Amino acid sequence: MLNNITLGQYYPVKSPIHSLDPRTKILLTVALIVAVFLVHSLVGYALLLLFLYAVCRVANIPFKMLLRGLKPLRFILLLTFLLNLFFATEGKPLVQWSFITITDSGIRHAVHYSLRLLFLVMGTSLLTLTTSPIMLSDGLELLMSPLKKLHFPAHELAMMMSIALRFIPTLMDETDKIMKAQMARGADFETGNLIARAKAMVPLLVPLFVSAFRRAGDLAMAMEARCYHGGEGRTRLRVLRMGRNDLVAALCVAGLIALLVLEGLLLPGGLF
Amino acid sequence: MKEERLSARDVSYTYEESADPALKKISLSIEAGEFVAVLGHNGSGKSTLAKLMNALYLPTEGQVLVCGMDTADDSRLWDIRRQAGMIFQNPDNQIVATVVEEDVAFGLENLGVPHDVMVPRIKEALKAVRMTDYAESAPHMLSGGQKQRVAIAGILAMQPSCLIADEATAMLDPSGRREVLDTVCRLNREKGITVVWITHFMEEAAQADRVIVISDGEEALTGTPREVFRQVDRMRELHLDVPHMAALAHELREEGMPLPEGILTVEEMAGEVMKLLCPSN
Repeated sequence: MLNNITLGQYYPVKSPIHSLDPRTKILLTVALIVAVFLVHSLVGYALLLLFLYAVCRVANIPFKMLLRGLKPLRFILLLTFLLNLFFATEGKPLVQWSFITITDSGIRHAVHYSLRLLFLVMGTSLLTLTTSPIMLSDGLELLMSPLKKLHFPAHELAMMMSIALRFIPTLMDETDKIMKAQMARGADFETGNLIARAKAMVPLLVPLFVSAFRRAGDLAMAMEARCYHGGEGRTRLRVLRMGRNDLVAALCVAGLIALLVLEGLLLPGGLF
Repeated sequence: MKEERLSARDVSYTYEESADPALKKISLSIEAGEFVAVLGHNGSGKSTLAKLMNALYLPTEGQVLVCGMDTADDSRLWDIRRQAGMIFQNPDNQIVATVVEEDVAFGLENLGVPHDVMVPRIKEALKAVRMTDYAESAPHMLSGGQKQRVAIAGILAMQPSCLIADEATAMLDPSGRREVLDTVCRLNREKGITVVWITHFMEEAAQADRVIVISDGEEALTGTPREVFRQVDRMRELHLDVPHMAALAHELREEGMPLPEGILTVEEMAGEVMKLLCPSN
């Protein structure tokens, strides 16, 4: 029952976007997030949407996948929209009904904030859809390595991340096993109210934690036996190299940002 | 005289949380290319002995030498651990990376081996344990025996002179046990790697050049498998079994059948029984 869980939302196909250096992708995603805040008109959002669609095509990902990432956020999106709509105080009132006032700038804000949120989520989804978790942690480690001078544990964080990824399937299997063992002894995980069900998890979590700690002890011993002594003086099998495609991708994003800035200058206050 | 790889001189070890020593005054010497099995029941101290040989534990008293280096010498620690590679009991809990070849690389990465030296070494190590086809697989998709072979490859890539296996087959099914033991035997034969095989399976110990039996932290018996398993009564005193055929030969001898001592395998037993039944041949 637990084996159909996929890690993150990585979409494993081969494409020029997938094979970009993870560092490029992380940095460009940050740039894209900044770009979202530069947008002041619907034309800008249309440009962004076009860009995301184009990236999806190059990455061999169905655009639907990107939209699916929005589904868990639909309530937050709705809430953002409604709050901005009903609780704006500035601007010219358009509708007034008991305590609710809808103003023109209220509508403007509601649309803008919801769209911004929408694009933020889509932009970062693009990163996680095209980059495997392990590449992501590699990229983050390298990007953060200059911070090591300030005693920031970049290597340790990446190592923890990769060990967590390695042990998730193992612990999943174990959970399944313990669950079956407890069910065979009459444990009931599926009926009752929320509190009863939460209580039923205790006989599942306790053995799982005990075993996770034992595994951690064993693994630490095995790592030490294989000469692990932190990130210092370590070489790597997986080497990240930036290539021409990384340059092309950076230029594309730079072009997009230039267009958005231009749009902000040409349409101040915007088409909406 | 052959070169000494591992040696212990009057080694005692006491765990911090206990009063009694887990090992008492153990002395042993293992030569290059030897395949030594260490036998003992649970809590006999055999696992402690393994961890002393890799500097994971340091002796409370006495001295452990790995290729002539004292394990108490902190400055040679990584050299010692590289020379005396170790594989553990639980196949899941010793694989670090999410891809097989990266796990094999783990030790090399730690030692700071350059990338272009690393790649051929990993290939060679995976070939030696016959796991080349699985280089890019995820470890959790492999069987227990395959995981242990990956762990062995991870050690081999570091080019050690000794391999210490701490009950490496205890959690495997019979076919996995066979597969791992065969791999280690082959490495011992073909590459001359010294093997210390810690186990409680008698049949596995029977394949070694030499058997050391540990009981209550002390060396109880030592010798070739034939010499050790001949002492059926002494082994039973130590709460240990002997291989089935050695036990059967012992019973038959007590019933008056004139079987020679030192029978370990079914083939040997069949041969001896045939000799008794048809003396003319």
